[in-house]
Amino acid sequence: MTKKNAVVDKEFCVACGACTKVCPKNAISVFCGKYAVTAENLCIGCGICEKICPAGVIDIMEARTL
Amino acid sequence: MKTKKKWNDWLWIWSALYLSLGFFNIMFAWLGLICFITPLLVAIFGKSKAYCNSYCGRSQLFNLLGNKLHLSRNKPTPKWVRSKWWRYGFLTFFMTMFLNMLYVTFLVFNGTNGLKQAVKLLWTFKLPWQFAYHGTPFIAEWTAQFAFGFYSIMLTSTVLGIITMILFKPRSWCVYCPMGTMTQTICRIQK
Ligand code: SF4
Ligand code: SF4
Ligand code: SF4
Repeated sequence: MTKKNAVVDKEFCVACGACTKVCPKNAISVFCGKYAVTAENLCIGCGICEKICPAGVIDIMEARTL
Repeated sequence: MKTKKKWNDWLWIWSALYLSLGFFNIMFAWLGLICFITPLLVAIFGKSKAYCNSYCGRSQLFNLLGNKLHLSRNKPTPKWVRSKWWRYGFLTFFMTMFLNMLYVTFLVFNGTNGLKQAVKLLWTFKLPWQFAYHGTPFIAEWTAQFAFGFYSIMLTSTVLGIITMILFKPRSWCVYCPMGTMTQTICRIQK
């Protein structure tokens, strides 16, 4: 089965934190005020964060095969 | 993550109250300095954007209007809004207008100009605002000039934020908010 993950474009993320408020798994957080990062083991690829992100920098991608 | 509401989830009330108070007495505008200084201190000493992430009432207000009240079209924010030249360009413009406001305040302070009881919206439209000024018997007039100027900035940025909230995502303002750009830049240049 392919697992999906939220992937943040660090260069254009504005670190607003909108994504962290909606994630049902608490899998995305803002790293030191710089950009958001996803915890790949927690993320279920639901895409809720992608929809709320005002900067449009989140993509749901197929996780690298482990 | 959806958890029980914390006290800081109610800070949108403070933002709404702030804008309303300016209609009754312009001197309340001074309180807005809190929203200017706190995020910078948190970014410099706390090395985080905790202000944006958890304590900014304005973004909560946009989220409330856009998501809960469905006033937002919820369309993607155009890509150029998140570009460096737009974000830093807007920050530069915003700071220039801020310094200009301080200069206008200074001119009242040193007696060159008299107090202008108006709120300037979008740096262009002068709204007569005498109804919210009742004189400052014990304090100097420049403090009122600063209040009018500062409130103009707060109202203008709220109006811009509401426009982009309606057109794009609820929190689109956060993409080009000068405070957000400044705090993120401070965090990025720190180790
Ligand atoms: S919502 Fe988007 S821009 Fe804001 S912190 Fe999350 S990924 Fe970054
Ligand atoms: S895709 Fe879903 S689980 Fe993964 S970070 Fe976004 S909101 Fe959280
Ligand atoms: S970017 Fe601006 S409006 Fe958005 S959370 Fe930060 S300070 Fe508030």
